[in-house]
Amino acid sequence: MGIFDYFKSKNAPSSASVAKDRLQIIVAHERSKRHQPDYLPQMQQEIIDVIRKYVNIGSEDVQIQLDNTDDCSVLELNVTLPDQN
Amino acid sequence: MGLSGDTALAKIIVVTSGKGGVGKTTSSAAIGTGIALKGHKTVIIDFDVGLRNLDLIMGCERRVVYDFVNVINKEATLSQALIKDKRTAGLFILPASQTRDKDALTIEGVQEVLNDLAKDFDYIICDSPAGIEKGAQMALYFADAAIVVTNPEVSSVRDSDRILGILQSKSKRAEEGKEPIEEHLLLTRYHPGRVASGEMLSVSDVEDILAIPLIGVIPESEAVLKASNQGTPVILDTESEAGLAYMDAVDRLMGEERPLRFLEVQKKGFIKRLLGG
Repeated sequence: MGIFDYFKSKNAPSSASVAKDRLQIIVAHERSKRHQPDYLPQMQQEIIDVIRKYVNIGSEDVQIQLDNTDDCSVLELNVTLPDQN
Repeated sequence: MGLSGDTALAKIIVVTSGKGGVGKTTSSAAIGTGIALKGHKTVIIDFDVGLRNLDLIMGCERRVVYDFVNVINKEATLSQALIKDKRTAGLFILPASQTRDKDALTIEGVQEVLNDLAKDFDYIICDSPAGIEKGAQMALYFADAAIVVTNPEVSSVRDSDRILGILQSKSKRAEEGKEPIEEHLLLTRYHPGRVASGEMLSVSDVEDILAIPLIGVIPESEAVLKASNQGTPVILDTESEAGLAYMDAVDRLMGEERPLRFLEVQKKGFIKRLLGG
């Protein structure tokens, strides 16, 4: 790093710290999906298809999450319905 | 011999990474040689069916007659296929096949070969192919320990995390609910100068993300290319930082304490720093 770079790079975060932040987010996201059963994405799609028969929703309006506690698993389904007008 | 066969006599170590080109074969050759130098009878198996390269790195490419798949298919015996290393006593190589048949390796076939090797060897090093497909899964399935080779770079770190997920769910130990595979992080192509200037993930950055114990850090070194050009494992180059860093990693693998070294920036003169470069 030369004298000019020294002044230039004062306030911007280093590229390595950007890399670390991005990695921490994506790795945490991928780990949370690691333990979900293989059928979950397909089940999510089928649930969306059923709801779509009645209400017009996009795939981003449905959140499915599987939480495992000690002795049971909870499937949480969150559907955001469009405004009623 | 059935699937329940016992390979407890030998320790099986897979060298894996997910991503290609991070130094799996270089590391397998170096670590296998290092373990043999410590007096343990060691075999390195190339699992990269169709893309054999361990033979070149070890400098025995002209001595390959039979390979891993020939042994599985009973076209050759193990002793016909094993290549005895000419430099290091107690070190053998089992080359991969160059067949394009992806299904050449079977769980039963690999198990049988490992069982036979376990009767004679103390350590079995499995050099995994890149990817997370069948070949990579076959290389890690029977492992007792894994060395996850990672470069301080985003795609390599992410892929290492994926392969850790596979080690924890798709290995024999995981499927049978046994004690999990020992995981070791080996950081390669490390450039202390670039880390100091904030251009490269540091050792602790990668440790924070992957959260597995560190077995070694291999600095970026011209010696690695020179060694592969010559077909000599780089660990035998005791003049080079990379060679010494691999030897430290082997010592740690054997349970010895070794401080990390070669992580400091080599000091440049004031004028050189002022002008950059």
